[in-house]
Amino acid sequence: MTLACCTIDGEIFQPYKLEGEDAERWTSTAGPGLKRIEFLCPQASQPQAMARIESQLPKLDGVKSARVNLTGRRVVVVYALAEIEPQALIDRLGELGYMARPFDPRETGLVKDDREGAKLLKALAVAGFAAGNVMLLSVSVWSGAEDATRDFFHWLSAMIALPAVAYAGRPFFYSAVNALRLGRVNMDVPISLGVLLASLMSLFETINGAEHAYFDASVTLLFFLLAGRYLDHLMRARARSAISQLVSLSADGAIVIANDGCRSYLAARDLKPGMLIAIAAGDRLPADGRIIEGASDMDRSLLTGESSPESIEPGSLVHAGEINLTGPVTVEITAAGNDTFLSELVRLMAAAEQGQSRYIRIADRLARFYSPAVHTLAATTLVSWLVLGHGWHDALMAAVAVLIITCPCALGLAVPAVQVVASGRLFRSGVMIKDGAALEKLGNVDTVIFDKTGTLTRGEPALVSQSLASTETLALAAGLAQASKHPLSRALLREVARRGLTPIEVQDVTEHPGQGLAGVYSGEQLRLGNRAWCGADEAGEDVGLLEFAFRRGAKPPVLFQFEDQIRSDAATTIAGLKQMGLAVHLLSGDREAAVNRVAGLVGIDNPVSRASPQAKLGFVDALSRAGKKVLMVGDGINDAPALAAGYTSMAPSSASDIGRTAAQTVFMGESISAVAEAVAVSRRTQAIATQNFVLAVGYNVLAVPLAMAGLVSPLVAAVAMSTSSIIVIANALRVGLGKTGGNRNTRRSTNTDAAADEIRRAA
Amino acid sequence: MSVLLYLIPVALFLGGLGLAAFIWSLRSGQYDDLEGASWRILQDDDTPKP
Repeated sequence: MTLACCTIDGEIFQPYKLEGEDAERWTSTAGPGLKRIEFLCPQASQPQAMARIESQLPKLDGVKSARVNLTGRRVVVVYALAEIEPQALIDRLGELGYMARPFDPRETGLVKDDREGAKLLKALAVAGFAAGNVMLLSVSVWSGAEDATRDFFHWLSAMIALPAVAYAGRPFFYSAVNALRLGRVNMDVPISLGVLLASLMSLFETINGAEHAYFDASVTLLFFLLAGRYLDHLMRARARSAISQLVSLSADGAIVIANDGCRSYLAARDLKPGMLIAIAAGDRLPADGRIIEGASDMDRSLLTGESSPESIEPGSLVHAGEINLTGPVTVEITAAGNDTFLSELVRLMAAAEQGQSRYIRIADRLARFYSPAVHTLAATTLVSWLVLGHGWHDALMAAVAVLIITCPCALGLAVPAVQVVASGRLFRSGVMIKDGAALEKLGNVDTVIFDKTGTLTRGEPALVSQSLASTETLALAAGLAQASKHPLSRALLREVARRGLTPIEVQDVTEHPGQGLAGVYSGEQLRLGNRAWCGADEAGEDVGLLEFAFRRGAKPPVLFQFEDQIRSDAATTIAGLKQMGLAVHLLSGDREAAVNRVAGLVGIDNPVSRASPQAKLGFVDALSRAGKKVLMVGDGINDAPALAAGYTSMAPSSASDIGRTAAQTVFMGESISAVAEAVAVSRRTQAIATQNFVLAVGYNVLAVPLAMAGLVSPLVAAVAMSTSSIIVIANALRVGLGKTGGNRNTRRSTNTDAAADEIRRAA
Repeated sequence: MSVLLYLIPVALFLGGLGLAAFIWSLRSGQYDDLEGASWRILQDDDTPKP
């Protein structure tokens, strides 16, 4: 069997096709006749993947090397241009069981992230080097070096510290200047002022051969602060690179049929109204349009939240984002690019985002009070020393000591350290937080709104009625279903595979869009489809279930009932959220019967059904205006405006691209308990961050009077600063303690292992 | 105190060596895939490269 498609975690996928696309744009030159191409492989998350890909891929002719990056789930391949095509690499990766998609790191902003991280790390290394050496010299001075030796050590310190401050302090200096230019004050203003004044004052003292110099204080300060800054960066970069891997694996474009019948591939942005496009079964529509030819069923779940597909025929209107399920159709584009229904939603989303008041992070809120207070204290010290009759020199030294001791070293670490530990813990249990602000907001929410399809439910139907259906019936129905991409057919196949059955081969299978499938097995007519297609009784109440009828020859038809299965831990998660004192709502675009059934099962009162994207947005806005802090959890395109409007938002990793972009947090895997866990961890983070602030401010309250009295020698400053930073970091590590989502983790990896085994058997 | 004349340059040189080594490792991409590196060491692929 040629592997036209493969199965991963029970899902059927088509390998990415480069056809019509310019493969050149993904590659770069790696030597004479050699090209380098990078792929994203979301499944390459296990160490086995690394060994497999790196040993199997180079066996292809023309492949020079393949290297897997397990952290980024990427594969870099160097190949000979004349010997192999990139498509062959994608196909081979598909056969090995890894979906691959060419990827240009320049496009996603990852390169910029990496460069920023490397810059911070270099600054951190330089500051660390300087701090170590200057501290060595300072310790000698404190232990009694005198006269010429002391001056020599001070000069040496100056020569190490001044260039280091100039180099490693740049991130703070730039940020402080930017803030001041905008007429605002942030934490970087007192930091920059403290570090610069300490260095310059020490230089002045050194020139005059005086006793005290604060070079060690300025470089260790920078070292601690850069550590905090790097931690903050690490957290954002980790989530961003993980989210960029989730980009859709399908090509964004369509085959255009010209007037003379010629077919060519065009990217979605180049499509124009009036063009005719051919959409194969299984493809996503790139634009709004009207069906010209063919009939099929459309999966509209991402757009409307409705779980059952809709039949379409020539003349029907279709929208960008829908998936064509059963038959090839020709579509005349009525709207493309910025005029589609989808773009309308994007505009709605942008408006909702703008309407939201800008969230100010805890550290910045504190900076508003902290900086003026610190600067007032320093100024007061200067003036009082002058008034008390000390000279300019002593007064200035005392003021600088105040600035050094209040330099928010522990404060700069207080929040990033806690947040990076918390986000690392959440990341391990599959929750990716886009930035620190999202984590802070998550700890404040008091209302949770869930979407139904794809969020509370898995978004894929599963067989529920097992009565009547014999093993043979199931295997025969599966034989028919193999030919179809209808979600119910795939659900039937999954069920058959789960029971360990093999579909029976059926001859002459034909698919009749909007009706069902037909085939022949040992002289008997087989039919699988809606009730009318199989001659079943049409009557029957809508209990919110989806169904397929199956008929064999003249026997009475059998009904298969499916439901969009609720995630296994939805009910416990919602009970847990309620226990935490959160109000829980359900907001869906699906039919009333289906919504009420799910709401009843998971325990949510007063669900809202048939909500349009605008209605969802209105619901969230109304709650926000009433002063509620809303966490919106949703996955669909129709949820995107509401996701953007919520105080904060979460989406499952299976969500639409636009949903994932709109959401501030993305969670992976089957389990929805991630929502409750994220809220719980965020609350704990908030509590520990507050403790850290109290510790850091408490240290200042103790130390500032000493500094104002002129009692802080460089030795005292160094000891006080290091201890306060260490205490704050030790406290931050407590977030990582306690019960973690370890069981979620194991479950996910066993799934992947099972899938890997399955692939190995198939290969 | 003449011992300082060569001890301090030695200390600075060693520190600088560490710094240079760190920046080299950063530039050559050794921090790009921390997760993969921890598994690579366990792989049985010690066959010499042709």
